Amino acid sequence: MANPATLASTFAAKQPVHDRLDDGPHGPRPKRSFSRANIFLYGTLALVSIYYLLPLYVMLVTSVKGMPEIRMGNVFAPPMEVTFEPWVKAWAEACTGVNCDGLSRGFWNSVRILIPSVLLSITIALISGYALSKWKFKGSETFFTILIIGAFIPYQVMLYPIVIMLRDTGGFLTDIWQATCGVFTSAEGSCRGRIQLFGSLSGLVIVHSIFGMPILVLLFRNYFASIPDELFKAARVDGAGFWGILFRIMLPMSMPILVVAMILQVTGIWNDFLFGVVYTRAEQYPMTVQLNNIVNSVQGVKEYNVNMAATLLTGLVPLTIYFFSGKLFVRGIAAGAVKG
Amino acid sequence: MAVAEEAGHARRSSPRADRKPFRLFHNLMPKIALIPMIATALVVFLGGTLWTVVYSFTSSGLLPRRNWVGLDQYERLWSSAKWIVSIQNLALYGIFSLVFTLVIGFTLAALLDRKIRFEDTFRTIFLYPFALSFIVTGLVWQWILNPDFGVQGVVRSMGWESFTFNPLNDPDIVMFGLLIAGLWQGTGLIMCIMLAGLRGIDEDIWKASRVDGIPTWKTYVRIIIPMMRPVFVTAVVLIASGIIKLYDLVVAQTSGGPGISSEVPAKYVMQTMFGGQNLGQGFAASTMMLLSVVIILVPWAYLEFGRRKRG
Repeated sequence: MANPATLASTFAAKQPVHDRLDDGPHGPRPKRSFSRANIFLYGTLALVSIYYLLPLYVMLVTSVKGMPEIRMGNVFAPPMEVTFEPWVKAWAEACTGVNCDGLSRGFWNSVRILIPSVLLSITIALISGYALSKWKFKGSETFFTILIIGAFIPYQVMLYPIVIMLRDTGGFLTDIWQATCGVFTSAEGSCRGRIQLFGSLSGLVIVHSIFGMPILVLLFRNYFASIPDELFKAARVDGAGFWGILFRIMLPMSMPILVVAMILQVTGIWNDFLFGVVYTRAEQYPMTVQLNNIVNSVQGVKEYNVNMAATLLTGLVPLTIYFFSGKLFVRGIAAGAVKG
Repeated sequence: MAVAEEAGHARRSSPRADRKPFRLFHNLMPKIALIPMIATALVVFLGGTLWTVVYSFTSSGLLPRRNWVGLDQYERLWSSAKWIVSIQNLALYGIFSLVFTLVIGFTLAALLDRKIRFEDTFRTIFLYPFALSFIVTGLVWQWILNPDFGVQGVVRSMGWESFTFNPLNDPDIVMFGLLIAGLWQGTGLIMCIMLAGLRGIDEDIWKASRVDGIPTWKTYVRIIIPMMRPVFVTAVVLIASGIIKLYDLVVAQTSGGPGISSEVPAKYVMQTMFGGQNLGQGFAASTMMLLSVVIILVPWAYLEFGRRKRG
């Protein structure tokens, strides 16, 4: 019986119990490997594994079948004839609306969004996390709390205000540019260019940096807080300032957390759909948005093999990161999840 | 020389500066460095949220305008059949998703914690869907649940002609079609969190319960789960905030269909805001979403900070 009193007395007499247990053989009791419990245990796990692996298998199998074979009607059957044509078609020929240049455009858009977003968001978060943990000032914790609460607000609430902010900031920057560019150049017409943040990749980069901030700042803040203060104080005494300590001491020590943050951001930004739809125009859609448009388009005959090849292609980047990073990925999401 | 100066500066700043009530320019650099974060927190998160709430009381259509109409938008919202269906769908999906994610997540974690072989392999298998986007998840399950070629078609071709399993085209069970996909994507994460929680439990507890002859399942139910309360709270908050965000999966898997039978609030917001040019409705609907988050979050924050204050 799980009686608290029994437990308490067991703990009170912990030492003797410990000794008695330690007298026996160490490690788990040797069991017959085919005991009923074991068969049940591994059976359950194997069964559940099928549910988890099935979609990956179906994607793979469907994407290398020809359409006639698919119409014969079994998604689970292995392919009789392997063809890579659907992959080529998905990459280079699949249509969204009038554009028929395949997923490759979405892929490169996603890359163009991904690289600056990851760099910008991690840079800002690294500096903020460092300032929040080692250079606290009155009010800094309050701002941090607001930031963390902000992580729980549904994105839909902030979508439209950000549209306005991006548009107005773009207009403001354009005004500044047009007023000052005469200083730099005298060529006719070179000052007419407009700076557009809403409906452009740079706007989306800013949005990703904003929404990635709570989790990343939290990650870096907690990591830097775990670095001993003595180290920081010693550097202060030796004359290092804010940036000196960051670049000479903190940055070289933060390789592990940088990798975790990268994994978190790369998968998160690559998989984003909502921001891509809202803040970019059709020709700049990231891969996920284009994929959805290709597969769920109502015109034309449905080519399931091309659709699955496209789906698998889109999932390939985060999957590669997942399978190669292994434990780091787990640590990243655990850090993000448990404390977020 | 610089060293001496800095050291002197450090000595000077510590005891006396604390007494000064206002010292904005002391240690200016960290404050400058924090400007992006502070701007995000105050302008975007706080300012943006307030802006949306305020404009939900206006009759904004194509553009936001400041002509106040009181609670009109909310009355229209709650008399819209689509919104009611969205709320019901989310409630249904939410309850099942919460229960199943917790049960499956904990069960898998407990099974993996039984000192089994190939633990890493199993964990990799259960977690990989989490790396995939909801769009990919939705599209794959749309294909697997396809009535002609998917599960239903396969079972029928094996001879069971009357077998019917067509959730994506049946308004009554379409949310369960989404649930199958959602659970596939999200349970791995909860399993990982639960596993971390189980690993954090002292081995002596297990030894003690073994000495007392308590059956394994009873140890889990009566001792381990109560001990893992904080982990469960985290998991619930995580699952709940994910449920309210439910959008991409619906767009990819069913597009809200058949009819409006799988609409969700987030999708309603997007349609009224960017599709229907009915901004006021969108603001009112998103404010309702915010309200539901507050209802979930406040008790949790109360428990969390109350505990910290007590402990």
